[in-house]
Amino acid sequence: MLRELVPDPTLLALAQAAVASAAALAVALLARARRIHVERELAVALARGLAQISAVGSVLLLMLRGPGWLGVLALAGMMVAAAATSARRARRLPGAFRVSLQAIAAGSGSVIALMALAGVVETGVAVLVPVGSMLIANAMNANGLALDRFRADVLAHRREVESALALGAAPEVSVAPHLQSSFRASLIPAIDSLRSLGIVWIPGLMTGMVLSGTPPLRAAIYQFVIIAMIFASSGLTCLVGTTLVRAQVFSPAEQLLLRTEAERGG
Amino acid sequence: MSFAPVVLRADRLSREVGGRLLVDDVSVEVRQGDVLAVVGPSGAGKSSFLRLLNRLDEPTGGTVWLDGQDYRSLPPRELRRRVGMVMQTPALFDGTVADNLRFGPRQRGADLPDDEVAGLLRQVGLAGFAGRQVERLSGGEAQRVAIARAVANAPEVLLLDEPTSALDEASKREIEALVAGVVRARGLTCLVITHDLAQAARVAGRVLVLEAGRARRVGPVEEVLRAEGTGP
Ligand SMILES: Nc1ncnc2c1ncn2[C@@H]1O[C@H](COP(=O)(O)OP(=O)(O)OP(=O)(O)O)[C@@H](O)[C@H]1O
Ligand SMILES: [Mg+2]
Repeated sequence: MLRELVPDPTLLALAQAAVASAAALAVALLARARRIHVERELAVALARGLAQISAVGSVLLLMLRGPGWLGVLALAGMMVAAAATSARRARRLPGAFRVSLQAIAAGSGSVIALMALAGVVETGVAVLVPVGSMLIANAMNANGLALDRFRADVLAHRREVESALALGAAPEVSVAPHLQSSFRASLIPAIDSLRSLGIVWIPGLMTGMVLSGTPPLRAAIYQFVIIAMIFASSGLTCLVGTTLVRAQVFSPAEQLLLRTEAERGG
Repeated sequence: MSFAPVVLRADRLSREVGGRLLVDDVSVEVRQGDVLAVVGPSGAGKSSFLRLLNRLDEPTGGTVWLDGQDYRSLPPRELRRRVGMVMQTPALFDGTVADNLRFGPRQRGADLPDDEVAGLLRQVGLAGFAGRQVERLSGGEAQRVAIARAVANAPEVLLLDEPTSALDEASKREIEALVAGVVRARGLTCLVITHDLAQAARVAGRVLVLEAGRARRVGPVEEVLRAEGTGP
């Protein structure tokens, strides 16, 4: 339908974006009827997302032909941006940005480096940057979930945590159950996407490869490799993130520092 | 007048949060084997004061002396093993009653033998409860387990934050009697928060009255009750 109405390809793309955004906003309005207010946050996020991805799309084309160090620089920049995003999700945790950056850099950085060294993915900028960005984005989501869940869990069980401390337990021991549950919860999306791969979703990367002439089986296995790498990097990120954040919520005298907003305000 | 040694001494203890003094320059000493009741209106800072004594919160002024030693020089875990605490509502860990009793000793690599678990449970009136899952306990039973769990660590000092506030009158008396028994049998030094002056009179030898974070009065229970105008 849009295709007939808008002949110019760029305008057509924009019109398609507008329709998709309208669908997202319509859901926000539905939510609003239930007094769930996400419309502002969503509108801003949609506009930002469109601007960012269009800008990056143009830059990417230039960069893919550029030297290797440019690719590494691009990945480093993505990690910083990812850390800032996931730190915002967990902003009420002390040191959230630093923890997120260290976790994402360690988690996705080491998996990217290892896989490139082992020859599982090609080391050219054209492959490394898009594949790396997928790992970083997923690590970011998992890290945000893990930190937010950890904070909520510890706060909800503060009496148990402090009872354990009061019995002479080490801080690590007192929050161990909550570290485990947040780690597990943060990996659920990655596990589900592994589980449903090919059944619920056919990833875009694979589709693109098949369209550009790669044999379907090769494309499929390559896609599996990417998803498994996503799992490895997300898992490592959460492991590092939750371990680092654990140290942030205790004082040197082993006192739990987390407080609810209400207590801090009062 | 008791001549037993002073086990715990709060020394000009203060805690300020967001410009507000929750605990304001409180000094008090407790001798070995004594029970000190901490009373005062809601919001007076009783819980805040108690949480400073095992250093769950950090004092912003003053310190605590444990057996003559500044508690800031002790590793926090050792301090908390020696100064046990029972909170207002028992926060038991998932698992069995015995798991809860063994938690403290296990932190030091010690394993509490079955007969000691049984002995502790007998002492709090819960003989035969070792294998029970904690989520099946009543409020009074859970509070007894919390007391036994603190005592299982063989502390020198026991801090109790309104241990009976969530219980009915009958269970209240039972817990009082049981605490008195445990304290006597083990020679514990005890600080117990209560908002009930009659309860203070029943369980304690001395009373500290807190008001707006300050120690308004401290002394033998009869004297304080008389001065507060509610005594006999
Ligand atoms: N972490 C905190 N930050 C700021 N204020 C706090 C904090 N903890 C407690 N307060 C405030 O300090 C005051 C004293 O609280 P506390 O719990 O010590 O009183 P309490 O005497 O134990 O009262 P109750 O009898 O109701 O248990 C209260 O006004 C409380 O709101
Ligand atoms: Mg209180």
